[in-house]
Amino acid sequence: MTVREVFQGRLRSPFYSRLSALDTVNQWHEWKGYSSADVLYCEETEYFAIRNATAVFDLTPMTKYRISGPDAAEYINRLVTRDMDKIKPGRVAYAVWCDDRGQVIDDGTIFHLQQGEYRLCSQERHYAWFKAAAIGFDVSIVVETEDVAALAVQGPTSFSVLSAMGLTGLEDLKPFGLTNFDFEGADLMVSRTGFTGDLGYELWITPDKAEALWDALFEVGKHYGIRAMGTHALELARVEAGYLAPFEEFLPADTTVRTGRTRSPLELGLGWLVDFKKPNFNGRRALAEEKRRGSTWRLVKLDIEGNKAADSSYIYTSEKGNKKEIGFVTSAVWSPICKQNIALGTVRTPHGEVGSDVWVEVYYQREMHWSRAMAKATVVDKPFWFPPRRSATPPGPF
Amino acid sequence: MTDKYDAIVVGGGHNGLVCSALLAKSGKQVLLLEANDQVGGAAVTREFVDGYAVSACAHLLYQLQPSVRKELKLSPKLASEDMTTITLDEKGEHLRIKGNSVEGVSDSDAASYRDFHKRMTRFADLLRTYFNKTPPRLGSSNFKDLLTLGQLGFDVRRMGKTEMQAFLRLIGMNIHDEVVERFESPLLKGAISLDAVLGTHLGPRSPNTIMTYLYRLAGDHGRTAVPEGGMGSVSDELAHAARSAGVTIRTAMPVKRIVVNNGRVTGVEAENGERFDSLTVVSNADPKRTMMDLVGARHMETGFTRRIHHLRSRGNAAKLHLALDGLPTIDGLSKKDYAERIVIAPDEHYVERSFNPAKYGESSPEPVVEMTFPSFRDAALAPAGKHVMSAVVQYAPYDLKGGWSDEARQEFEAATIRTIERYAPDIAQRITASELLTPVDIEKEFHITGGHWHHGELTLDQFLFVRPVCGAAQYQMPVDGLFLCGAGAHPGGGVSGAAGRNAARAILNREKAA
Repeated sequence: MTVREVFQGRLRSPFYSRLSALDTVNQWHEWKGYSSADVLYCEETEYFAIRNATAVFDLTPMTKYRISGPDAAEYINRLVTRDMDKIKPGRVAYAVWCDDRGQVIDDGTIFHLQQGEYRLCSQERHYAWFKAAAIGFDVSIVVETEDVAALAVQGPTSFSVLSAMGLTGLEDLKPFGLTNFDFEGADLMVSRTGFTGDLGYELWITPDKAEALWDALFEVGKHYGIRAMGTHALELARVEAGYLAPFEEFLPADTTVRTGRTRSPLELGLGWLVDFKKPNFNGRRALAEEKRRGSTWRLVKLDIEGNKAADSSYIYTSEKGNKKEIGFVTSAVWSPICKQNIALGTVRTPHGEVGSDVWVEVYYQREMHWSRAMAKATVVDKPFWFPPRRSATPPGPF
Repeated sequence: MTDKYDAIVVGGGHNGLVCSALLAKSGKQVLLLEANDQVGGAAVTREFVDGYAVSACAHLLYQLQPSVRKELKLSPKLASEDMTTITLDEKGEHLRIKGNSVEGVSDSDAASYRDFHKRMTRFADLLRTYFNKTPPRLGSSNFKDLLTLGQLGFDVRRMGKTEMQAFLRLIGMNIHDEVVERFESPLLKGAISLDAVLGTHLGPRSPNTIMTYLYRLAGDHGRTAVPEGGMGSVSDELAHAARSAGVTIRTAMPVKRIVVNNGRVTGVEAENGERFDSLTVVSNADPKRTMMDLVGARHMETGFTRRIHHLRSRGNAAKLHLALDGLPTIDGLSKKDYAERIVIAPDEHYVERSFNPAKYGESSPEPVVEMTFPSFRDAALAPAGKHVMSAVVQYAPYDLKGGWSDEARQEFEAATIRTIERYAPDIAQRITASELLTPVDIEKEFHITGGHWHHGELTLDQFLFVRPVCGAAQYQMPVDGLFLCGAGAHPGGGVSGAAGRNAARAILNREKAA
């Protein structure tokens, strides 16, 4: 029997044919117009591919902008809070951009492709803001989301897989570096970047070579435990890595209605990305004022007692008695690799100093009935998962 | 060569002169740089043809603030004052409007006008109080901001419940609805409609035109005057006051850019390369020109740049200057009436129809006209026995479809003459020379973006707390040391001096606070 497919009006990535062939659970969601898989076979299996072998994620739906023109460097430097002059061609930078009130609109990665030419990638779309930022600058901004097929190839064996595929010289590529190869006559750009906090790469190629790239990757990868993965496994990995996600740790400032619901980079632990030595950038005046006056919120990484994920929990100063609510958890998972109950959260200053203890109120359900437990949590400084292989150059052949 | 000043004022319009004079009176070393050969900006008198001179842009004085007069000891000599507005009728049955009285209408219209005038002047007085104050920041916790805001709320409430409701109902409304509700005389409705839309890109049916009407009244309850020697004499008096206070004025010194270093201004650079240093720069130029051209987007943040970029400042009023070998004959006018303000706006629909083409980038085939014959009382403006006419003519959109070519200009001038001919049949024979200034010419001659009188449309979204744009209504721009003192700042255009005075006070207060 053939089942007729219902048209959903979603774009399909050039890897769709390969993903759908592997798919066993038919669980997809919409990501900025594209179909993106939550899970392909099993969240845990996919997750362990990230941590123990190689997992491949289709990041084609990631919004990509090509920024070029005589004023491109100056434009980017005013757009984002960090000093982009330090990011030379062939390097990639993680960056945040703010509105005039110093509130984060989004974060993303900026690839300095060649002198004065950039690719900016973000989860959300920002064309209107980027165009507004271009007023008075000689710069061209082109949305190239559909023109570039992209894969994240992440995990300890990812270096071995790509080397086996014939990408020689990859051992010299440092984290946040990028390099180019020839793939069947097309340009294949490889950057040592990712969203998993592990050794990993991202591959960028023209869409008509997408399937061939996938096939080549999976052909050599089968000896290295390669697997495709969906967003659920990725989400688990990114919380372990302590990375932020829009609509989880912050709301894009340009679409948030209520005051006080947005966050500044200083409130998200991204002070290291804000360079006040730059004379002007979006949000500078407000952020300088915030620095002087003190921030309202602080992002915390929490190591929580017990094993029940503290989803959406309130955070308190103490377990009982005159306890004061100081914030809430924004992302929470049980980390299989760290064997830790971990979370990201937002608390009011001065609470949440590194090393201090707070209490989270965990709700959980047992056969319909809800229970509540107070769990002690310690505010930690470092990402929960940060293996040496992530930054080792050359990476080891696992 | 570089000189160091306490403040540099860019642009010697009347506001720039007021601001620099007041700063100098407080002991500041002030340098004023003017691009043109004479100061005064849009308030200047100049010849447009040998022997014939007019006020080249603004031609009526009706908003000069008493506070400015007092502080700078100004007493402009007036050729005509408290002028009657004569609104022309084709049959010669003109209306005469002065203060709260109107002649030539029914008793009920006359009574209705008295009521209307009483209410409007009351509301206008409320606005005027705020013309001489720095508008409060919304959402601020600063005591002064809260006090001013509270005072505004209190002043509105204090008018009584009925008047407060009327104020809140009317402030965003269009003048058309109000005049058709109140009056029967088409001429009266036309004249009020005209007053509400002069100098704007609005028609009487556009929302917000009661506000622009109130703005006009807020000056001196709508009383108009013509200074002896034209508007330039007011500017001359201001320049004299500035020089006496110690301001250094340099004309023919166009500024190329305002120099910004590390987020703060450090001076200005003139077109000729000369540099002048100061940690305070006050711009009398319009907000767009100041921020986009003189400062540059790279020194501003994106949200602010976007707001300035989107500021509406499309001028729609042209100036027509005629050299006449004698006064034209207008049926029904006595000789002395030529000293008054004469308008052509025969009814409220006429004004709106005149505006219609402007919406689509076309000029009016039947424009509305506000004319004066300043030489009637001020013989020095024209050779003996000859006369000049100075008229504001609408609508002549800045961004005319196809541009202001010679044909387009001739067409608009001819349409204006045709319109005046209906009332003054011999006008064409009287003309010996003419000059038409479209908003494009006004932009070029007076360096005003869009050639807009107010340096930016005077609408509720660009008024008071949000003038010129949200977050910059307190004269200080978001670049340290940079201030705005022109019509683009609160309260707006018209030769009032209010923006210049408020800016000077804001600068001095900031120093006190520091």
